[in-house]
Amino acid sequence: MKIHEYQAKEVLKRYGTPLLQARVAYSVAEAVEAARTIGGEVWVVKAQIHAGGRGKGGGVKLAKSHEEVRAAAEKILGMQLVTHQTGPEGKKVNQLLIEAGCQIDHEYYLAAVLDRETARVCLMGSFEGGMDIEEVAAKRPGAIKKEFFDPGEGMHGFQARRLALAMGIPAKSVNKAAGLILGVARCFVNEDAALVEINPLVTTKDGNVIALDAKMSFDDNAMYRHADIEAFRDFSEEVPEETEAKKYDLSYIKLEGSIGCMVNGAGLAMSTMDIIKLHGGEPANFLDVGGGASTERVTAAFKLILSDPNVRAVLINIFGGIMKCDVIAQGVIAAAKEVNLKVPVVARLEGTNVEKGRELLDKSGLKIQSATDLTDAAKKVVAAARG
Amino acid sequence: MSIFVSKATRVICQGITGTHGAFHTARCIEYGTNFVGGVTPGKGGQSFDKDPAGAAIKRPDGSVASVPIFNTVADAMDKVGVDASMIFVPPPLAADAILEAADAGVRLVCCITEGIPVMDMVRVKKILTQRYPQTRLVGPNCPGVITPGECKIGIMPGHIHKPGRVGIVSRSGTLTYEAVHQVTNAGLGQSTCIGIGGDPVNGTNFIDCLKAFNEDPNTDAVIMIGEIGGNAEELAARWAADNMHKPVAAFIAGRTAPPGKRMGHAGAIISGGKGTAEDKMKALREAGITVAESPADLAKALLAAVAAA
Repeated sequence: MKIHEYQAKEVLKRYGTPLLQARVAYSVAEAVEAARTIGGEVWVVKAQIHAGGRGKGGGVKLAKSHEEVRAAAEKILGMQLVTHQTGPEGKKVNQLLIEAGCQIDHEYYLAAVLDRETARVCLMGSFEGGMDIEEVAAKRPGAIKKEFFDPGEGMHGFQARRLALAMGIPAKSVNKAAGLILGVARCFVNEDAALVEINPLVTTKDGNVIALDAKMSFDDNAMYRHADIEAFRDFSEEVPEETEAKKYDLSYIKLEGSIGCMVNGAGLAMSTMDIIKLHGGEPANFLDVGGGASTERVTAAFKLILSDPNVRAVLINIFGGIMKCDVIAQGVIAAAKEVNLKVPVVARLEGTNVEKGRELLDKSGLKIQSATDLTDAAKKVVAAARG
Repeated sequence: MSIFVSKATRVICQGITGTHGAFHTARCIEYGTNFVGGVTPGKGGQSFDKDPAGAAIKRPDGSVASVPIFNTVADAMDKVGVDASMIFVPPPLAADAILEAADAGVRLVCCITEGIPVMDMVRVKKILTQRYPQTRLVGPNCPGVITPGECKIGIMPGHIHKPGRVGIVSRSGTLTYEAVHQVTNAGLGQSTCIGIGGDPVNGTNFIDCLKAFNEDPNTDAVIMIGEIGGNAEELAARWAADNMHKPVAAFIAGRTAPPGKRMGHAGAIISGGKGTAEDKMKALREAGITVAESPADLAKALLAAVAAA
């Protein structure tokens, strides 16, 4: 789960992260009022969307007067902001963060992630902040410095100082930077974060260390113990179909193709997409109905797939383990009747109660083609989608 | 015997009275697994003798099964002796259940539970390594382990398996069944099949399984099924290049997955251009492993690997 910059800063503040004065604004008038309240002579008007690269896309503007704040807010609020992370359609800006300006000395990069290989938390930092870190990682991997720690043990002060020095933070600011790094490390562990990224982390002319930007995402599996973070969820940032899917514990991701997929198991669902493509088709979605699904859940899944107007055919690929084939069949039949099924469906069922499942489908009177194996299923559904 | 589990393995279920725990314990007993008990705190002293539908549970020999329920894993260990545990407790309690089993001295812990916070698993992994090195964890978020005809621990459909000499190890659940099904249809069978789970931090990894299969006299060849995300497949490929003396075929799921999106499994995400299917397939090929292009060709790739060996 992702949250906005201003929300991430609220979380980081609890861990003592030094920040600039800032206020959220939902209208142009509020933006100007925010600038007035913050005071000073320079402000930054920042679009709040769940994507990076906002500056390049025109979503971050420097303002040197209240009039300039107004002009920037007018321009940014309501725009479809397109960045390298939003996709070509962009994301609508509904809120702004108005932040005080500061005298930047240098921009650094700092992030906390989980390192799967060592099963430890990795804090990484770089002298080369403010830009696309993936580019830095690809071109100059040595420019990214790392420290690892066990969450049970926590990060030690000396590790934070070592990282700050390795990042090239001047000696006079190292203790301040180390304090910020330790706060980020604690925040990552305590809040079950998946990513904490501060880009840029800046040193100022007067020797301060400040988190100028903040990006956080969280482990969905741990949200049950973080009601305060869950409350940050911005549904307008999420794909409506994906939000609907979550209600039924389905894992759904919308794609661009014309073949709807309903599969049980993430690996098999990905492979089903792969094999559709291998046979010349394009998947319309990733959908894992998961284990132990009920008829209601399968019905919801089927309706979700059919709600996409691009879907010209549906492939159901179920290998029953937890999931019983007759339960899938019942769900498919119930949903097909409810939504007045118009597109062809190819079903490939295998596993627990497979005979019962096939029998239910055959006797349903619905236009559902059976497939004997994966290749057969893929070929049939690709042909069906072409009409 | 094959690897990790056999006819002799004494198995319990933690969370045996929950819907899924009860359903799958019944299926395991029907398959012939040597089930000796279950654990549900507060229900110790009762017996488990009916599946959730209310039917009696019969072993393959036709006898009716009834296994004792204990309050703790330590009780079960004390009274009936336990080699392996199958965990079905809900995600918030699953990490604790794994450690309880390890602390009671259980040698093999299969955690089926899906949705455990990754930070919990990081802690569990560290504690297991430091304090309970004798315990092998399989999973979480996995189908379990099966030695066909002998012992099934987990949620895989037993009937698609056939005793044989192909080892299967996979990050994905249902894709493992696909491999099993194809191997069985090809007239071969499986020595042991292990689902290591789709989470970013798990217990047993590819290398542990490849190593065990390599040393197992009852395994002739191995199918390894990976996914996008992380670098476990690359590490396994490197290990196999130096150590594996049996033929290996592999498949990587998620070639067409868009980057930055989590594909169901918490571990299946391509981030920052790392962990792509193409990278993994390249690493596997360089290690002399036969890589299937299509998930329908898993058995075909295995036969090709065996023919080339």
